[in-house]
Amino acid sequence: MKLYEYEGKRILQSVGVNIPEGKIISTPGNAKQFATELGGKTILKAQVLATGRGKVGGVKIATSPLEAEQIATSLLGTQIKGYQVEKLLVEEALDIKKEIYVGLTYDERTKGRLLLASESGGMDINEVAEKTPDKVKKVRLGSWIGLQPFQSRELAFELDLSGTQNTEMQSILLKLWDVFETYDANLVEINPLVITQDGRVVVADAHIEIDNDALNRQSERLSKLGIIDRDDNTRPPTPFEVEALAIDKSDYRGVAGRVVEFPGNLGLLIGAGGGSLTIFDAILRNGGKPANYCEVGGNPPVSKIYRLCKLILQKPNVNGLAVITNVFSNSRVDFLARAMIKAMLDLGIDPATYPVIFRSAGAFEEDAYAILRKYGVNYLGRETTLDEACKKAIEMVGSA
Amino acid sequence: MAILIDENTRVLVQGITGREAATFTRSMLEYGTPVLAGVTPGKGGHSVHGVPVYDTVKQALIKHPEINTAITSVPPLAALDAVMEAIDAGIGLINVFTERIPRRDACKLVEYSCMRGARVIGPNSLGMCAPGKVKLGAIGGPSKEFQKAYLPGKVAILSRSGGMMTETASLLALHGIGISTAINIGGDPIIGSTFVELLPLLAEDPATVLIILFCEPGTSSEEQLSDWVKEVGYSKPIIAFVAGRFVDTMPGMRFGHAAVIVEGNTGSARGKIEAMCNAGIYVAETHEQIATLAKELLGISNSEISSEAV
Repeated sequence: MKLYEYEGKRILQSVGVNIPEGKIISTPGNAKQFATELGGKTILKAQVLATGRGKVGGVKIATSPLEAEQIATSLLGTQIKGYQVEKLLVEEALDIKKEIYVGLTYDERTKGRLLLASESGGMDINEVAEKTPDKVKKVRLGSWIGLQPFQSRELAFELDLSGTQNTEMQSILLKLWDVFETYDANLVEINPLVITQDGRVVVADAHIEIDNDALNRQSERLSKLGIIDRDDNTRPPTPFEVEALAIDKSDYRGVAGRVVEFPGNLGLLIGAGGGSLTIFDAILRNGGKPANYCEVGGNPPVSKIYRLCKLILQKPNVNGLAVITNVFSNSRVDFLARAMIKAMLDLGIDPATYPVIFRSAGAFEEDAYAILRKYGVNYLGRETTLDEACKKAIEMVGSA
Repeated sequence: MAILIDENTRVLVQGITGREAATFTRSMLEYGTPVLAGVTPGKGGHSVHGVPVYDTVKQALIKHPEINTAITSVPPLAALDAVMEAIDAGIGLINVFTERIPRRDACKLVEYSCMRGARVIGPNSLGMCAPGKVKLGAIGGPSKEFQKAYLPGKVAILSRSGGMMTETASLLALHGIGISTAINIGGDPIIGSTFVELLPLLAEDPATVLIILFCEPGTSSEEQLSDWVKEVGYSKPIIAFVAGRFVDTMPGMRFGHAAVIVEGNTGSARGKIEAMCNAGIYVAETHEQIATLAKELLGISNSEISSEAV
């Protein structure tokens, strides 16, 4: 779960990291009022869950309260990278002397965690990392011992900091580690960490992501800071996806979800994890136009698959259904068949005449095939490859 | 022969009274896998399909000292503790079935296994098997279904997907090709045993003449493997299939397994295919092409490979 900048900063502030004086606002009037309280230059930052907003006009400096009001008017309600701008963070504009990049992240290569830091912080850090990787210092962290004080000391000196800024940096690094570990973060990225002209060390931006699989043990801690669980992705979910997610969440058993909407005409009820990836590729490779991506696996109950199937069948311009899965290990083929038939009957669709390709095999396949025969649905078993089944589905909707 | 598991494998199931674990325990017993004990704290004295249940791993090992393999199927937030308990009791191979273990815990359990010299397969692994000898976990489903997909043979499969491992075995079975060892390495970003860590074992395994890898976007495991193959060479042919090529066009979006996400330029299917081709690995364009390639390679490899094998 990605956190908004202001949420990330709230966490950092709670462990004693310096952040700029600021306030979250949602009306231009409040922007003006707070800018007046702050005095001097202010910075207005759109709160969206996308990175790189600065390069598309999501961050602006105001020299007066009036200008702050004008900027807020121009930003609120607009879209940045597909996200509606509903809130702005208004902060004192920092007088920047130096911008440092600090990141804590996982590294599957070493099966552990890394602390990254660079003196070349700022908007172009990705380019710096790509072109001059030597400028990004990496510290490997033991999974059990974590960041040690000597490592933060070494890094502070490598970043060429001296005096109080050096000790301040050491302390910030340890606090960032504390947040990373305590909050089950997958990412804590501070870019930039600013050294101001008057010598303060301040977190100017914060990008924190919490491990979705740890939300069960983090919800309470997060809610104390006003941060509520939510699902996120690189774009806001469509209403179709929102509904599919609700279906999957309605029952903890198995998966019948992970839906992504596409504009095509072929409805897909596919699975399981790796199977969905393979099948979706095969559909695209053969010129198919999918209406959705999804995943059915881990032995979900009939009720969940049925609701998902119904949702897909009801999608406007879907004119055929492909129920294709890999040979199941722990899911039941008869559940899949039952769910599909029930969804069709519920919608007044005759399973015998509706364009459908059913290809699945594994546990309870005989029962599944018996049900399908009963309702006049043709089916394919393991002897038909996934590629072959996908081709048939595409031919089917082409001629339907 | 097979790697990691064989006729000497003796199994303990952690969390045996759970819905999933009880189901796969039955399928293992049906297939003839010796499941000697199960553990669920507080359920000691019960039994599941005739397998005695103990409160702790230590108690189980006192009664069944021949246990050498554990399957961990406990709630995600209890998994780190359970795996440590198994390792601490002296079990050398832990197959972690549990899905959705927090990443912080996965790192800790993997690091602990390294410190203690134990091998972890998974997390988020449906299981592994040596057909004709032993089946661990839910892989292939009930014994009857398992036997349709997994014939005993000479081809090893390492797969990031459990479902597609069985689909691949099933495809090969239709062409009369059998399996020496198949391992679902797990769909998470942090896993105990990666491709590059298991391939040396398969190189040494006289029963394996060909290796098939089922790959997905995300992580750098295929790139790491390619670097390694290029650097040290590999004595047996490898076929790889990369699913999820479309994920490249949607960076930042997660599909399926936790590890399947393309961020920036890392983890793309295209990059993996390129790296593996450069390392001399045969990359199948479609899933069904795996069978065509395998037949070709087995046809030419029968004489050549056996003389090369270490």
